Amino acid sequence: MDLSSVRLDEKIIYGIIEPGSKVLDLGCGDGELLHLLAKGKNVKGQGIELSDDAIYKCVEKEVSVFHGDIDSGLVEYPGKSFDYVILNQSMQQVKKIEYVLQEALRVGRKTIVGFPNFASIKARCMLCFGGRSPVTSSLPNYWYDTPNLRFLSIKDFKVYCRQKGMKIDQEYYLSDKRKISFCPNLFASSAIFVIEK
Amino acid sequence: MGKDKEIGIVKTEYFTFANPPDEFKPESGGAIGPVTLAYETYGSLNSEKSNAILVGHSFSGDAHAAGFHEGDKSPGWWNDMIGPGKALDTNKYFVICSNVLGGCKGSTGPSSINPKTGAPYALDFPTITIADMVKAQKYLIDYLGIKKLLCAVGGSMGGMQVLQWVSSYPKHVHSAIPIATALKHSPQQIAFDEVGRQAVMADTAWNEGNYYGKAIPERGLAVARMIGHITYMSDRSMEEKFGRKLKAKDQKFKFMADFEVEGYLRYRGDSFVKRFDANSYLYITKAMDYLDLSGERLIPKDKKVDIKFLVLAFKSDWLYPLYQSQDIVRILKTRGQDATYCEINSTYGHDAFLLEIEEETHLIKHFLSKVSKSYGS
Repeated sequence: MDLSSVRLDEKIIYGIIEPGSKVLDLGCGDGELLHLLAKGKNVKGQGIELSDDAIYKCVEKEVSVFHGDIDSGLVEYPGKSFDYVILNQSMQQVKKIEYVLQEALRVGRKTIVGFPNFASIKARCMLCFGGRSPVTSSLPNYWYDTPNLRFLSIKDFKVYCRQKGMKIDQEYYLSDKRKISFCPNLFASSAIFVIEK
Repeated sequence: MGKDKEIGIVKTEYFTFANPPDEFKPESGGAIGPVTLAYETYGSLNSEKSNAILVGHSFSGDAHAAGFHEGDKSPGWWNDMIGPGKALDTNKYFVICSNVLGGCKGSTGPSSINPKTGAPYALDFPTITIADMVKAQKYLIDYLGIKKLLCAVGGSMGGMQVLQWVSSYPKHVHSAIPIATALKHSPQQIAFDEVGRQAVMADTAWNEGNYYGKAIPERGLAVARMIGHITYMSDRSMEEKFGRKLKAKDQKFKFMADFEVEGYLRYRGDSFVKRFDANSYLYITKAMDYLDLSGERLIPKDKKVDIKFLVLAFKSDWLYPLYQSQDIVRILKTRGQDATYCEINSTYGHDAFLLEIEEETHLIKHFLSKVSKSYGS
């Protein structure tokens, strides 16, 4: 499977997921990840997505998708309906995030979350020395057009997991082009965690 | 559209079954036979018989879904969706559409001759349900030699038939596309149907259903249809289509059809009575009102079902609002069915399923191509 044109975060998630799994992707966008997983790993995927245009693209890629809100999309699923629930780059945009995280952990054996790191050095510099709200490659929007509701750092998320008794199963830190491991809360522009209850 | 994208001339065919003593037994009891279904087919059935798509028609539809009848100027009711290269591509699929049991366009219904009396059934016709309509369709599918439909598709009452196929014959349908429909009618929908029925029955010509060979209850039926048409449109689509435009300036204060919208409704009502039987109106609207596939009726708890779904709804449809399609999706989630749900942007109201061709084509075409691959696996 040629993944050379695939975004780094999606490549990492692709690598995490076991072949033949059942996967629910919350905020699946145009369905590219689920499409790759179905083709390359025989994954049975289901997406949930709010954008009209994205729905049409999903259907074009033969990805099964529900048109709707993530916030209210999980309640009907019986416990452990999926092997993985993905919340990639959508977590920071969800209104009822605590509820959605709990629901994701309930309906999936494992939950994969990916989010931009608000405490990356670039963001820190813009805020500290520039006196401006950070606009970086992983936080590309200005204050007036950002879809993000929450601004969290890698450390914030780890503390949260500890407080809530969520087990971190795997963690990946990314700069724009590659994985990194040194001092991630400072140098990573985004992170991917695999968590379970 | 070029001629190569059209089906061309088609003919309605007739299939008769349930000859006495093996009569058709409707849910409500009793027995009728023989039963005839009018049907049309487009495209050809492949040798594995794995490319059959059944189209369910809406309340006032019929078997003539596509192509032209000899000498006709207008094509079948879903011609934009059925044909070579279209959503239901007749180069690939074998498309079947039959007039429902209880109808008046060639299938056995209250206006048909009761063989026991030699006169039209009228109200001696048994009460029928959507399940009865689908059971009759199953006879037709069996007769055509098809074990498992690739897909059942339909809008409005056609969508109810699709859901009923899932409930009644889950092993005989590989995929389902219910469009702008519901598991059950809400009190509001029943209320609109009841007003329509009361309009028919209040017409003295209705005469307890015995009007065949005499004056038909055309005023009552026309009013019923006018109400129907209001519910099929949206506030916005009526504003765009008619506004407050007047038909003629000098008709004022005489209770003529002053406004264009009045003229439209009158025209729709008057043309409907020429093609539809008043008793069929009563029987079929009741069948819709009786349907209830909520809870575990769509997919019984103990049954393992593997049907792929594409559920479509329209944002401006207030007769079959989004929440009713979301109810369907909720059940599919609970039961772990492979499904796609899309809320299509449209201002047309309930009529959208006949009009939003581009969007429906995109979604249905890709969905059918996907489910074709998994048929038989």
